[in-house]
Amino acid sequence: MKNLLNSPFVKKMNSLHTVIAILFISTIYVTFCNLVFAEGSLLYVSDYTVSLLGKYLCYALLALAVDLVWGYCGILSLGHGAFFALGGYAMGMYLMRQIGDRGVYGNAELPDFMVFLNWTELPWYWAGSDNPLIMILLVFAGPGLLAYIFGSLAFRSRVSGVYLSIMTQAMTYALLLSFFRNEMGFGGNNGLTDFKEIFGFSLQSPDTKLALFVATAVMLAIGYAISHFIVNSKMGRVVTAIRDAEDRVRFVGYKPQHYKVWIFVVSAMLAGVAGALYVPQVGIINPGEFSPLNSIEIVIWVAIGGRGTLYGALVGAIVVSYAKTRFTAIMPEAWLFGLGGLFVLVTLLLPKGLAGLVFNLMDKIDPPAKESNAKAIINNKNTATENK
Amino acid sequence: MIVDKNGSPLSTVTSKAPDTKHGVILYVEDVSVSFDGFKALNDLNLYIGDGELRCLIGANGAGKTTLMDVITGKTRPDTGKVNFGQQIDLLQLDESEIARAGIGRKFQKPTVFEALTVFENIELSLSGDKGIWTALFHKLSGEQKDKIDEVLATIGLTAEQNYPAGRLSHGQKQWLEIGMLLAAEPRLLLVDEPVAGMTAQETERTAELLTSLAGKHSVVVVEHDMAFVRSIARKVTVLHQGSVLAEGSMDEIQENKDVREVYLGEEQA
Repeated sequence: MKNLLNSPFVKKMNSLHTVIAILFISTIYVTFCNLVFAEGSLLYVSDYTVSLLGKYLCYALLALAVDLVWGYCGILSLGHGAFFALGGYAMGMYLMRQIGDRGVYGNAELPDFMVFLNWTELPWYWAGSDNPLIMILLVFAGPGLLAYIFGSLAFRSRVSGVYLSIMTQAMTYALLLSFFRNEMGFGGNNGLTDFKEIFGFSLQSPDTKLALFVATAVMLAIGYAISHFIVNSKMGRVVTAIRDAEDRVRFVGYKPQHYKVWIFVVSAMLAGVAGALYVPQVGIINPGEFSPLNSIEIVIWVAIGGRGTLYGALVGAIVVSYAKTRFTAIMPEAWLFGLGGLFVLVTLLLPKGLAGLVFNLMDKIDPPAKESNAKAIINNKNTATENK
Repeated sequence: MIVDKNGSPLSTVTSKAPDTKHGVILYVEDVSVSFDGFKALNDLNLYIGDGELRCLIGANGAGKTTLMDVITGKTRPDTGKVNFGQQIDLLQLDESEIARAGIGRKFQKPTVFEALTVFENIELSLSGDKGIWTALFHKLSGEQKDKIDEVLATIGLTAEQNYPAGRLSHGQKQWLEIGMLLAAEPRLLLVDEPVAGMTAQETERTAELLTSLAGKHSVVVVEHDMAFVRSIARKVTVLHQGSVLAEGSMDEIQENKDVREVYLGEEQA
């Protein structure tokens, strides 16, 4: 282990390379095992597992988005589920139009729920919903615009801390209530479902499912690379500075509100992409995705994984979601208590989350890091004596 | 768009040096501020000369911090005028614009970016474009690196430059904050209680640092520590109940009857 960590190859890798390498290898592995091995083989990865993993990767991208605003900029958003859901609805609209006349009512133009409501034509905001390019644009623009309007209003009037968190909860709750209404034109309570095809490929086909999983892994890698670039740029340092001392940032000559709005919008778009990839893999999007509880759960993933480290968010989302899949199968009613307990324990015992724990262990295995620290302290002492 | 008195847009104001033809860098005229009926500042007049080192003293509640807030845009006065040089009307600008116009402020409690290294703290404070896109694709130039090294040497934190600022001692944080101000190359420095919580030795070094800054910059220091004020001040302004009570050299101030009564009198008692 020690030799491996000290090898020059590993030394040169930063977290970006590591994460992308791990994602790449696991995607290849899953794809290979799914395609090559037959059912019953020990190494076989079932189609169900592929979809499940795809779902986890969507959650990981969502957690990354929350970590960007919370971990780095100190904006505790308890409404990021809303951006996820909006991205999902944009994708859902496109998938609805792909059904064409194969719906229950066989109407080539209108989705089933509109026929059921006796609507005779598409509402204006469904215009262009059969064009994949427009809908992909909407996946970014919808969440981005909401984040821009909300962020501009909130950050310009210097709302922060608990008040901001409550407002984000109110935002997602308001959207939940409006999307429940049939008149909104998004399928009301049932949402959008019964999808047949995406870009002409059947959603029931195992190949499409595998392709969606791979696409999610690729988007997660791109999202990670973008986030990595942002937090390691001067932009990232300004944002971290805003988290720790917003007033100081202002008196140094930056406009914190501009930076906050910008990072909030970028984060909302990442969340939107996660939602858009999620919907074809689970086959449904309904107003439940706007539930305030969902948004709180995302924050818990990030806290457990370790906020302020991008890979921590990924680990948290995947580990907790996996645990949820397992435990809800055994004791569904105990899961929320388990999750709450885990959150309390992590907050008390591991303030830097699982990433912090791993980091501490690495430090113990790999002492050279401490050596350079010691060197710095000795240098420091030398100059101190010189000063005297 | 925000414009200055002549109607030229802000961007030219902030890049333009304040006009100090008359040897005055800061004009504070007839400024009043009240909070819920309490007059924190009461028709206050204050002029700071270009390159001057001025000390502001006064009991708690005399309005020292409120005055700093007004100058830096944190608090808007009810009445009065605040000008930076002759041309720049500070009441038209917000905090970040005032900072970019060339006024730096050190807080009472040392405020640095704890998670960033000492070097990065100075880097963020350098003068220059503070916009988002510049920040995203920014690369440090050799010139900027030299400037950072120069500031680090001035504040004596060269050896600590790669430490997270949160690990510095209280005194070092105070210096780092002063260093951040210097990196911004301000024309006017407002320094709130720079030696609070410092050891005697640190206080002495801070006095040297501030004295060496005067001339190139104008410096206004708010301080309670009278020995410190005596060691650096050429001119002292005494605030009392939101107005200027007296102004002059330290000796003149100590002889002043009103001052003895309301300020030094209390301290001797």
